[in-house]
Amino acid sequence: MADKETTRTVSPFEYAPAPESRAIVDIKPSYGLFVNGEFVDGTGKAFKTVNPATEEVLAEVAEASEADVDAAVKAARRAYTRVWSKMSGAERAKYLYRIARIIQERGRELAVLESIDNGKPIKESRDVDVPTVAAHFFYYAGWADKLEYAGYGTQSLGVAGQVIPWNFPLLMLAWKIAPALAAGNTVVLKPAETTPLTALLFAEICQQADLPPGVVNIVTGAGETGRALVAHEDVDKVAFTGSTDVGRAIAKAVAGTDKKVTLELGGKAANIVFDDAPIDQAVEGIVNGIFFNQGHVCCAGSRLLVQESVAEEVLGKLKRRMGTLRVGDPLDKNTDIGAINSAEQLARIRELSDIGESEGAGRWSPPCDLPSNGYWFPPTLFTGVSQAHRIAREEIFGPVLSVLTFRTPHEAVEKANNTPYGLSAGIWTDKGSRILWMANQLRAGVVWANTFNKFDPTSPFGGYKESGYGREGGRHGLEGYLK
Amino acid sequence: MNARIDVRKTYKLYIGGAFPRSESGYSYVVNDAKGKFMANAALASRKDARDAVQAARKAFPGWSGRTAYNRAQIVYRIAEVMEDRRPQFVDALQKSEGLTAARAEKVLDAAIDRLVWYAGWADKITQVVGGANPVAGPYFNLSTPEPTGVVAIVAPQESSLLGLVSVLAPVIVTGNTVVVTTSHERPLPAVTFAEVLATSDVPGGVVNILTGTPASTAPWLASHMDVNALDLTGVAGDAETAASLEEAAAENLKRVRRAPAAEPDWTLDPGTDRMTQFLETKTVWHPIGL
Repeated sequence: MADKETTRTVSPFEYAPAPESRAIVDIKPSYGLFVNGEFVDGTGKAFKTVNPATEEVLAEVAEASEADVDAAVKAARRAYTRVWSKMSGAERAKYLYRIARIIQERGRELAVLESIDNGKPIKESRDVDVPTVAAHFFYYAGWADKLEYAGYGTQSLGVAGQVIPWNFPLLMLAWKIAPALAAGNTVVLKPAETTPLTALLFAEICQQADLPPGVVNIVTGAGETGRALVAHEDVDKVAFTGSTDVGRAIAKAVAGTDKKVTLELGGKAANIVFDDAPIDQAVEGIVNGIFFNQGHVCCAGSRLLVQESVAEEVLGKLKRRMGTLRVGDPLDKNTDIGAINSAEQLARIRELSDIGESEGAGRWSPPCDLPSNGYWFPPTLFTGVSQAHRIAREEIFGPVLSVLTFRTPHEAVEKANNTPYGLSAGIWTDKGSRILWMANQLRAGVVWANTFNKFDPTSPFGGYKESGYGREGGRHGLEGYLK
Repeated sequence: MNARIDVRKTYKLYIGGAFPRSESGYSYVVNDAKGKFMANAALASRKDARDAVQAARKAFPGWSGRTAYNRAQIVYRIAEVMEDRRPQFVDALQKSEGLTAARAEKVLDAAIDRLVWYAGWADKITQVVGGANPVAGPYFNLSTPEPTGVVAIVAPQESSLLGLVSVLAPVIVTGNTVVVTTSHERPLPAVTFAEVLATSDVPGGVVNILTGTPASTAPWLASHMDVNALDLTGVAGDAETAASLEEAAAENLKRVRRAPAAEPDWTLDPGTDRMTQFLETKTVWHPIGL
């Protein structure tokens, strides 16, 4: 990597370190499972969760065995039959409002813990993840006693088995648990193997809220635990966010059952910049689109489609902007790009980037000092990418942007839709009619025009094609949890 | 005086707006409800299924790009043309389903009325299931339904016309294109229905109709990577086949409408779920500012 001298000439600003204190979080040496309102020891092995920015072991966490999953499902079933399905929507709502309030009260703690366990910059966990989590619970709380107006009936499904990824551990938990509980279901949730800690802190929040035991159960573990949960015969609903490969396996596993399924899977979004776009804003949008959360975002704008006539200008400005991105300590308030979540993910990003180079694309990263411990990858872009290149087709799930060009709007649409995915897309242009035409043509569940990576509890999110099915958020998000 | 020899019809497939025989050259005997020979129907093959998917895919941009008002008029037009050919359908229903003339009239009434009902949905479903989302920020945010794409349908086995119309109309009225496999033992009303489609301004390829056995085409449609969704209504009661088709459909994450335990009562109020199950929600954001 580059020496300090180069970094200085590229970066116009010098900042002193501004680390957020981690004194607010109390990480225990070991954690059990949260079943029936209590923390219990698992019957399986334990696994370690590490801080990806330092490789420091944070805690040992129980790996839920099939028997543990069964106990959790039984607790959820009991809570469903005896308590939660009998409770009025208005009372369920109040529990959800309580949870939303406690999340706000303990927001700082949640943000710091999220950044430590996940590696994401504190400015994102503090300003995006945690506030959106609280908002999500607050939003769905209000639906609990209004289901008859939503258009999907009022009959809950029963026990929901939910499996979530490591990129937005708390936010994905909120997207799963809030609508499930509002609709009257109980849940067993499995957080990702590398980011279990905030889900376990959420379990504590459920205790503080006096949520009836068994309504929320958290089983930590890896793939085997997830498989046991999805396959459990007393689970009525499966909700999954993660890779398309695992989504496919889940769709096969539930074939022939009565389980209702929603899947929010991978993406390879096109972020399309026209020659009349406000270029400086577009550059900010491109940076936000691919470098937000280290690019660990299913809807990341990982394919930049830029109109040929402005490609040089856009790339010049983009490179200059990338040179100002600060990569480093996730707890530093000035950090723009934190740590890659795991050694495994880092290896995948490296592998695909190397393939990009060997397939002939031009690789570029700004000069960038990376810490010696931990998992890091510099913001990277590839030019001269063709549609056949693997870096244009496969989800890299890291801070790596593939740049392609186009001449006409039709060509942009053709290229944008040339993917088995269909989660999101971006459009940058000053022409209103073109925005609407493009938005109609793009086969994607979320289209951001002159903005990118915006999320809101009221706004349905989910994919077309192999990006999965079902919507999370908004009134639409209730459908997956009602009969 | 010599009795006139009547001219019999060859019952063929309906693919891309044309009426080909099966490329396989196979046909199968179709008897009436009393077991008397009626016709040799085309036995659609894997290749026919693939040709049908190709035709449906080709028709998708045009059909989904039409205005909702236009699709409403075309689906209504199907009802008009069916009404005009009542005697032919009544006869087909009597023979195929063994109905009395009065009962066949009633079933036909219901089929035509169902088309009229769904026609009206074309330009209403968007407002019913979509809408503006009040996000917490200066953004315009709108969710609208869009058709899923190419939908493969295994049509009901018992109700050869009303059942067929009831699974087909809700899927095309929103802009999807379809490959449908007909009732195996009662395929002839579907072929007559294809002739109605061909003269109702329905663009070629929007509906493709395959006669034969579900076994000869459904597995290929379920595993076809350019099919976006699968309706297994016609596999009612056969849990094992339905599970294997659903599993094949998982390969490209098709939206699957599972097989019911028994064929539904088609005289009931259909509700909107046969439309909404084959719709995707698209949400568009744009900043608001000066």
